[in-house]
Amino acid sequence: MTNYLDFEKPLAEIEGKASELRALARENEEMDVEAEASALDQKAAKLLTDLYVNLTPWRKCQVARHADRPHCQDYINALFTEFTPLAGDRNFADDHAVMGGLARFDDKPVVVIGHEKGNDTKSRIERNFGMARPEGYRKAIRLMDLADRFGLPIISLVDTPGAYPGKGAEERGQSEAIARSTEKCLQVKVPVISVIIGEGGSGGAVAFATANRVAMLEHSVYSVISPEGCASILWKDAEKMREAAEALRLTAQDLRELGVCDSIIEEPLGGAHRARDVAMQAVGGTLRTFLSELTPQSGDELVSNRRKKYLAIGSTGLAA
Amino acid sequence: MNWISNYVRPKINSLFSRREVPENLWTKCDNCGQMLFHRELSNNLNVCTNCNHHMPITPRDRFTALFDGGIFTEVAVPRPIDDPLKFRDQKKYPDRLKAAQKQTGEQEAMLVAEGEMGRTPIVAAAQDFSFMAGSMGMYVGNAIIAAAERAVELKRPLILFSAAGGARMQEGILSLMQMPRTTVAVQMLKEAGLPYIVVLTHPTTGGVTASYAMLGDVHIAEPNALICFAGPRVIEQTIRETLPEGFQRAEYLLDHGMLDRVTSRTEMRDELITITRMLMQQPPPVIADLPAPAEIESGAEVADLDPPSEPEKA
Ligand SMILES: [Zn+2]
Repeated sequence: MTNYLDFEKPLAEIEGKASELRALARENEEMDVEAEASALDQKAAKLLTDLYVNLTPWRKCQVARHADRPHCQDYINALFTEFTPLAGDRNFADDHAVMGGLARFDDKPVVVIGHEKGNDTKSRIERNFGMARPEGYRKAIRLMDLADRFGLPIISLVDTPGAYPGKGAEERGQSEAIARSTEKCLQVKVPVISVIIGEGGSGGAVAFATANRVAMLEHSVYSVISPEGCASILWKDAEKMREAAEALRLTAQDLRELGVCDSIIEEPLGGAHRARDVAMQAVGGTLRTFLSELTPQSGDELVSNRRKKYLAIGSTGLAA
Repeated sequence: MNWISNYVRPKINSLFSRREVPENLWTKCDNCGQMLFHRELSNNLNVCTNCNHHMPITPRDRFTALFDGGIFTEVAVPRPIDDPLKFRDQKKYPDRLKAAQKQTGEQEAMLVAEGEMGRTPIVAAAQDFSFMAGSMGMYVGNAIIAAAERAVELKRPLILFSAAGGARMQEGILSLMQMPRTTVAVQMLKEAGLPYIVVLTHPTTGGVTASYAMLGDVHIAEPNALICFAGPRVIEQTIRETLPEGFQRAEYLLDHGMLDRVTSRTEMRDELITITRMLMQQPPPVIADLPAPAEIESGAEVADLDPPSEPEKA
């Protein structure tokens, strides 16, 4: 059962028809529908290409938020072995919006940290829709310290609408927690690699995505504010999210040009959710490349290169 | 990378540059309604003499009150590229900037200066809420980096007065990137072993709070300042609950462990002198007012102002 986005409605109709035909044929052996069905397949493939070859920024936001898009837990299952989750901030609580722990990547130990949004109503609520509370950042800080002490590379998988606008989160020092987490990302003398796998929402994303190398999946987004939020403030109309998404330049392609993103990971046609394994293996390939580039660097080099990178950001804008 | 590369020798701020206030104007306190004589209010640093309500103060006025004799030297801030995203909402970003410049008479939302405070050499940076809500864009990022680099160069503490509505949306992701960039600035100070003191003023919100404003060695806030990441209205809409009285105000944050102190603006300078001198292992400050500095010819050498108490340069 595929979940279609609003702009994929024509595609849903064609693909629906093709699978209906095939279902009919299974019940009725005399029917030969294959010619007709594969014509529909071709039509669908053509439409899919047309839709995805030039996704608007707002459509990319929709794809980035797609319910079937692989999440942090999926990547950990697919790419890592011996994953051993570690919990708690040693202060207040364990935040289920952030997962992390020790794992092996290509048999080498690493620390992996990421936002997890959940996959159904129950797990989404438990994961707070991937919106971390202060304890989540503090858990990440603790894990980054652990990685630093033992010389393990840090891999973060970013997928969050943003920090959680809640009362408790503020009471427990959300700002301080994000600040410390960003600070920790910049301090550690081990490679830090970040992949924006879905949504890179504001400070909640920066807290984990301040890295030696930041990769973004082709249809992921990374922004100072959600298009809806920006639209309601600057346009005074939340419905102007398409315009805001356009203006914010939040796509992987724009961020690559601005130097915020170092590398774009191609997604399967129709988005990562259409061929999850292909997408996840592509991320694995990028992690491998980055690790081989960064592992030879000394701790001091890693820190200083990371800083240089951030100090240099903003020296060029986008073409008009 | 040298942020001071386009450094121009700054002019000494005139001792007598304090804006003249018309004698017979009155301001109504927006908290208690008291009519306050304009000069009385400005002499009290825009704090209501009746109810202690803290009204906004410009960075320039704040520095005039902070530095000995009102003398400070501006630290040059490298200008960022213009309008990197070619951003346009209901207005073009460059037009919004121009309007803010015209309205405030300042170039941008942060002022950086060096000078002495109670004969204690410092670098200070102050954010200007009246300039596009003090929003943190590339200029503010550059200003904080310039302030930190200057502090490290001079081996002085950095005192930063924060005030911001958050990130500058018109610079998009590049404004968000000021969070790590300013964090690098704070790290420079920490590695140099120099105190970094943040004075959080009303309001300090959003990405600013979530970066350099929350990374100080000492956090002091002005009374009743709103300090938060997500603002109260956003939270109320999200959780559909009414927030308690004083939520996210300075005193509340003090209760919740985020601040070291809440201090009235009129006592802030003395307190900053006391704290920075202890952290710098300098002798106790001179109590009572310093004698007014000798009259300075405009164009006098900055070096003439160096105090006998300046610490040894290693
Ligand atoms: Zn009053």
